[in-house]
Amino acid sequence: MDFKRKDLLGLEDLTRDEIFFILDTAKSFEGILNRRIKKVPILRGKTVVNLFFEASTRTRMSFELAEKRLNIDVLNFSPSNSSVLKGESLRDTIKNILAMRVDCFVLRHSTPGTPHFLAKEIPVSIINAGDGAHEHPTQALLDLYTIREAKGKIEDLRVLIVGDIAHSRVARSNIWGLTKLRAKVRVCGPPTLIPPMIEQMGVKSYFSLEEALQGVDVIMMLRLQRERQTKGLFPSINEYRDFFSLSEEKLKLAKEDALIMHPGPVNWGVELPFKIRENRRNVILGQVTNGIIIRMAILYLLLGRRR
Amino acid sequence: MSLLIKGGRVIDPATNTDEIMDILLEGEKIKKIAKEINFSADQVLEVSGKIVSPGLIDMHTHLREPGREDEETIQSGTYAAIRGGFTTICCMPNTNPPIDDPLVAKFIYERGKRKGVIEVLPIGAISKRREGKELSEMGKMWKAGVVAFSDDGNWVQNTHLMRRALEYAKMFNLPLISHCEDKTLTQDGVMNEGYFSTILGLRGMPKEAEEIAIFRDITLSKMTGSPLHIAHLSCAGSVRLVKEAKEKGIKVSAEVTPHHFTLTEKEVTSFDTNTKINPPLRREEDLRVLKQGLRDGTIEVIATDHAPHSPEEKSRDYVKAPFGIIGLETALSLVIRELVEKNILSLTQALAKLTINPARILKIDRGRIKEGTKANLVIFDLNKSWVVRKENFLSRSSNSPFIGWRLPGVVEYTIFEGKIVYRNPNSCRKQHK
Repeated sequence: MDFKRKDLLGLEDLTRDEIFFILDTAKSFEGILNRRIKKVPILRGKTVVNLFFEASTRTRMSFELAEKRLNIDVLNFSPSNSSVLKGESLRDTIKNILAMRVDCFVLRHSTPGTPHFLAKEIPVSIINAGDGAHEHPTQALLDLYTIREAKGKIEDLRVLIVGDIAHSRVARSNIWGLTKLRAKVRVCGPPTLIPPMIEQMGVKSYFSLEEALQGVDVIMMLRLQRERQTKGLFPSINEYRDFFSLSEEKLKLAKEDALIMHPGPVNWGVELPFKIRENRRNVILGQVTNGIIIRMAILYLLLGRRR
Repeated sequence: MSLLIKGGRVIDPATNTDEIMDILLEGEKIKKIAKEINFSADQVLEVSGKIVSPGLIDMHTHLREPGREDEETIQSGTYAAIRGGFTTICCMPNTNPPIDDPLVAKFIYERGKRKGVIEVLPIGAISKRREGKELSEMGKMWKAGVVAFSDDGNWVQNTHLMRRALEYAKMFNLPLISHCEDKTLTQDGVMNEGYFSTILGLRGMPKEAEEIAIFRDITLSKMTGSPLHIAHLSCAGSVRLVKEAKEKGIKVSAEVTPHHFTLTEKEVTSFDTNTKINPPLRREEDLRVLKQGLRDGTIEVIATDHAPHSPEEKSRDYVKAPFGIIGLETALSLVIRELVEKNILSLTQALAKLTINPARILKIDRGRIKEGTKANLVIFDLNKSWVVRKENFLSRSSNSPFIGWRLPGVVEYTIFEGKIVYRNPNSCRKQHK
């Protein structure tokens, strides 16, 4: 098939075939990470700007490494040492960098839709590295990749996402991706963190973790942001842990070979007990490794071929 | 100076008139209305096939003077108004400084007279600095010419203060206008709460925040016996609350904006900040009930909530961009497109909501075509259409979600106090050929 998109903005508008094509492309890059020299110069001479308006360690480093593996020239931007502090608007920042003739922006921003409206205005590629609570497509793609590698398929699997669904871009992108690939998706959390009408996205929602865990193949735990407590969304971390932490005991309710995933960074001792670190079903670090080849695949598909 | 308007279809909702008639204007006033007037007037407008209506009244306009003259001045606001067929606009007090004291009210009133091409009537704030803490000098502002009181975008959250404001306003027999939104419930929401806010990851503003506020204000209106006008209804529940209140005889009236009966929350998926409006665009079902409310008379006013914003501010991201869109220049056409052409309202019923009904609520002698009264008229062509273009707006701002739309109904002439203050530039060109 042909992948003709200019941008990667979200999983909502990708087709099932496009998602599989991205996963297959990533698979073909897998060997590179284990080589002695980890570089394939297929995008030599291309320039990518990583624009992160929100804090990020994993995603930013993963993109940068993916870019360097492909021999891309990389520019990193963070608002703390830039003219954004002088009040320059996002559009102006982008248009100024664009005037330097770059090929692609990797953008993280706290407001939903920011990469979407910029993509309409500029001729070069935009990769959404997270826009508020809206989408985080590369994370969802690496999650799908990780599940497929471990389970051999995605269709018909029962996948449970647990935690702050309301504020999670990871949850939204995964819901789009998983439902397109015909997995059976459940979400679970306190009602204050489950957004209205989430079931219209084709998932089933649960308030009891015990019920939700019955017979699942994959468990995705989300990070609990402590500041939600002050907004009146739940009473205390202690109480949250009581109801929604994945204890060893609760874990027994899932299938014996259920995968344990987390987009990171983990609040150990809150959503996941410390002991899960040693659990052999925990694939959290594998997700991080897969993130690089997924991002290499995206960069290659957007920049490496003629549109 | 006399002006004879010949052969137009005269619609005066106040008297349920809809006939081909001639109208003779002399000076500021309407001298004569009759089937056939033969008089050698100084100027004659031949308008057969066109509608002649009382000049439109907008009881919900935002002008940005004083404070943000780059976005709209009192003068530029009146230019936008005449292009849309309005001859009276009432401006909300959220200026800087706000219209919360008689000096600012007087400034607006007089500046409107001096610089405006039509009538600008100020609305005074209910509370000082629109903070909802202490009553403003409503009496002094009344003397300075305000026609209603409102804290506009800031709903008076303090129930006691709102009660006292309603009571106090009785002295002047002026209505209070309430932007009903319980902000402790909408918080920092930017769009309607529902499926689309869920998938877009944008904070929602539940419709219940509007319903709760309306319920409280209706209850206070009943308790005090004072008239209450509810600004821009946006959802089905609000229409039901107002309908029930009217059935109980409570003195409540309500308005809706053209965008709230034209667009749904689905528009927000474009992330175009011209879909960011407060109250937010709602669901298909709400639009249906709003139209039903217009048809059965629950909603008696159509108002624009014309809210100019600079391109710098509207080009910020969706969360940071301000709420609001301009509306004066597209209102009449959207009414024709959504209500008249879709048989929700007859043209007379629709025009009533833009003329005599707001005049009655504000207790001003406007909005009719009657011998001896001021000659404020709009003449428009129902059979022509136009395309909304950014560069053609007479407003200083161009934040409209309707740019690019082809709309029915073209304003040919707007006449204020006997003078033609606007003529459609395209029609003029044709006449010269």
